[in-house]
Amino acid sequence: MGPFSLYNTNIDFLRWRKLAMAWSVAVLLIALLSLLVRGMNLGLDFTGGTVLEVQYPQPVEIPKVRETLAAAGFAAAQTQHFGTSRDVLIRIPPHGDQSNAATLSNDVLRALQTAEGGAGATLARAEFVGPQVGQELVEQGGLAALGALAGILIYVMFRFEWRLAVGTIAATIHDVLFTVGWFSLFQIEFDLTVLAAVLAVIGYSVNDTVVVLDRIRENFRKRRKGSTMDIMNLSINETLSRTIMTSLVTLLSVIVLYFLGGAVMRGFSIAMIIGIVVGTYSSIYIASATALYLGISREDLLPRAKETADERP
Amino acid sequence: MPTPHALNQYPWWKYLLIGLALFWALTFALPNLFGEDPAVQISSARANIPIDAAFQSRVAGLLEAEKLPHKRLELETDRLLVRFSDSEQQLKAADLLKDRLGRDYIVALNLASSAPSFLRALGLNPMYLGLDLRGGVHFLMQVDMDATVKQIEDGYVDEIRAQLRNDKVQYTSVGRAATGGVQVEFKDAAERDKAAQALRKSLGNLEQTDAGPLGLKLTLGEPEIKEKRDFALQQNITILRNRVNELGVAEPIIQQQGSDRIVVQLPGVQDTARAKEILGATATLEFRLADEENDWNQAASTNRIPINSRLYKDREGRPVLLQKRVMLTGDSIVDASSGLDQQNGGPAVFISLDGKGAGRMEAGTKDNIGKRMAVVFIENKTETKRVDGELKKSTFTVEEVINVATIRDRLGRRFQITGLDSTREARDLALLLRAGALVSPIEIIEERTVGPSAGKENIAQGFRAAMISLLVIAAFMTLRYKTFGLIATAALVANVVLIIAALSMLQATLTLPGIAGIVLTMGMAVDANVLIYERIREELRNGNSPQAAIHAGFDRAFDTILDSNLTTLIAAIMLFGFGTGPIKGFAVTLSIGILTSMFTAVTGSRALVNLIYGGRKLQKLTV
Repeated sequence: MGPFSLYNTNIDFLRWRKLAMAWSVAVLLIALLSLLVRGMNLGLDFTGGTVLEVQYPQPVEIPKVRETLAAAGFAAAQTQHFGTSRDVLIRIPPHGDQSNAATLSNDVLRALQTAEGGAGATLARAEFVGPQVGQELVEQGGLAALGALAGILIYVMFRFEWRLAVGTIAATIHDVLFTVGWFSLFQIEFDLTVLAAVLAVIGYSVNDTVVVLDRIRENFRKRRKGSTMDIMNLSINETLSRTIMTSLVTLLSVIVLYFLGGAVMRGFSIAMIIGIVVGTYSSIYIASATALYLGISREDLLPRAKETADERP
Repeated sequence: MPTPHALNQYPWWKYLLIGLALFWALTFALPNLFGEDPAVQISSARANIPIDAAFQSRVAGLLEAEKLPHKRLELETDRLLVRFSDSEQQLKAADLLKDRLGRDYIVALNLASSAPSFLRALGLNPMYLGLDLRGGVHFLMQVDMDATVKQIEDGYVDEIRAQLRNDKVQYTSVGRAATGGVQVEFKDAAERDKAAQALRKSLGNLEQTDAGPLGLKLTLGEPEIKEKRDFALQQNITILRNRVNELGVAEPIIQQQGSDRIVVQLPGVQDTARAKEILGATATLEFRLADEENDWNQAASTNRIPINSRLYKDREGRPVLLQKRVMLTGDSIVDASSGLDQQNGGPAVFISLDGKGAGRMEAGTKDNIGKRMAVVFIENKTETKRVDGELKKSTFTVEEVINVATIRDRLGRRFQITGLDSTREARDLALLLRAGALVSPIEIIEERTVGPSAGKENIAQGFRAAMISLLVIAAFMTLRYKTFGLIATAALVANVVLIIAALSMLQATLTLPGIAGIVLTMGMAVDANVLIYERIREELRNGNSPQAAIHAGFDRAFDTILDSNLTTLIAAIMLFGFGTGPIKGFAVTLSIGILTSMFTAVTGSRALVNLIYGGRKLQKLTV
């Protein structure tokens, strides 16, 4: 056998379902509270404004850059190192005047280049997003998330059963809320790539849950004995080694992305890492436990023998 | 139950199918192996200036004279490609060629695939890299549609006033209503009714409503507004396309997004200030009578221009001699549209002028019937150039004759230009006429610039992350599943090749999030193998024979794989539908990756398992 011994486990997962539920509810409340109180640290994509990434030939001190910018009339600019001490990230909040904002990046760069020690500064990246675009991106992101959830709900309802579909959606919403809540609580910047990651988390979370659901359905049909809870526990145990293996492999690739994918991919990787960890937990606890609460039983998952018999000529 | 021998064997055609798929994937992925050369692409700015062998040797001579080494020159249908070994030489050469070749040629920076030409001839191209990977500028521009409607209504205000005066209807005021539409006030109801009747006849496209006791409101109908908005957008796209051409961009993208936006992507462009100057140039129009007394070609060749005339050039570079006196300027144009001439069915452009313009046009044409009249298109441009290390702003004007037509009649408020070569020419002329008259204002609402070194860094980082990810997954899988782990790794590599092939074939844009999508699919693609292998282990533990366990493992895991992949695909498709730019890139690679992984992880790895284990008596199986 391999380095892990996860076979023939007989862990009574669902015995702790109340505790797990309580924990999840508590965590989600914290997430919601944080979203309400602290809000999101929304990135440029959503708020509008200007971001510049300037690369210096030699290490540069932030206070000096700030001074230069303030002297040039960009007092509202936020400045920080980005990656190395030679890279500087400058954020300028949205301006009242649109046409001015569009030429801002050039003005700022010129100011930096003419300042002492800024001779070789080059523009690595500049982004300007108008306020009307940001609002739309928020709407589109929300619509994409809702559309994905609705599509998955319908698919699982059609392939499985409504209680399991509700359980799946509950698990998915749990994962999304947890991830977004984490970003809110720790005020990590939430930009467009993070939004993509959150939607990928939806996909991943459902993927994970569906594997367990599949086994639950199979076991209900195969085994005549045992309570609903026993069957669910058995199914979770049987798929446990796969759940952990897949989560580990995906987690590893995302961790590689975190360390090697560059600063732009960092937010994306953090969201995926959180999503994969809670997704694994939620597919064990939330999905099955919710279906259990909704009163799922063996009969709900057996093939409707009579109807199918009628369909055959 | 079939006998173990018949288990786990594919018919020959299945191997053939997999082989063909792999061959296809390798072929399409092949161009990506060759990398790219920094290149300068030269194309002609005018139809009559050819790019030919003579031009090629001229460029070669210019480069040699300055001792600028280049890899090679490639003459293509209408462009010349000069390849360099590094980007410093490329930039130097581009500056030199721009300077020496002048405005007759468009000199653009390009990254040319260094794949052998026979691959390109077969239609095989490397993946199309997004701006975040190759560097460049992305603009999202919004056309101000409220201003467009306002301009149109302002035009109608003039027209209604003239019409009423013409029909001798007494009105007290005509003006744009604050809520949209044109409001006309009258002294009494009788006059209003008279006006309503007259306007219904002459301006039947306007909807009339009674407004106030003695007022009449005229509004544009929905279909007309929609048509004008579409036109405004198309007009702006055409103008932007013309301007981008002269900016010198190898593969620009200018396309409509939504109902009132235009995306402009300029790969390789770094100087956003200059790009904005050129994209934001303003244009005007002039109608001038032709100089019929002197020979145009002679004037051009001898450079002896009559005192009352000016020498222009048309779009093909041919000389046109026009009178110095301007008959009419473009701000008198209310509308210009293309269509078909009612008399001979040929393409035509219909022009409407405002009241003042109509008067001048009448005065200018009534004594000149049979003579020619030209339309001059004038663009005012600002250009910032580096002169002796200092940035200098200069404004210059480009004047071009876009049409010369014979005056057949005394022209007034509405007239038409016929004798055009094609409907396309008519459409372009109408667009330009309007461009000189009233272009809907556009504003930049989003701008993203990525420097070329940042783009290269992004590629390097993305590539490294993907490779290391692959290695980590391979090590992990092999450690746990031994031979089967190696098979999964082979399937994974095949999957990556398939994704690259699909992206190359579709010419979908690869972005940095797109690379993240590939990395993520690698993790998710092995899930199918994990599901299968865990299932085989289970079957073995349940006491099944190795062959039966393999068979059952693949069989039973398939439903689960299908379900889990389809649900992920739903999320990816939603992401594609609602996402823009880089997010779309992520959705594309994720969707393609899910589809290809179903093939490689299930069919592909099954084929390998069958080849290795199928048809053999196995006592023991290590999974």
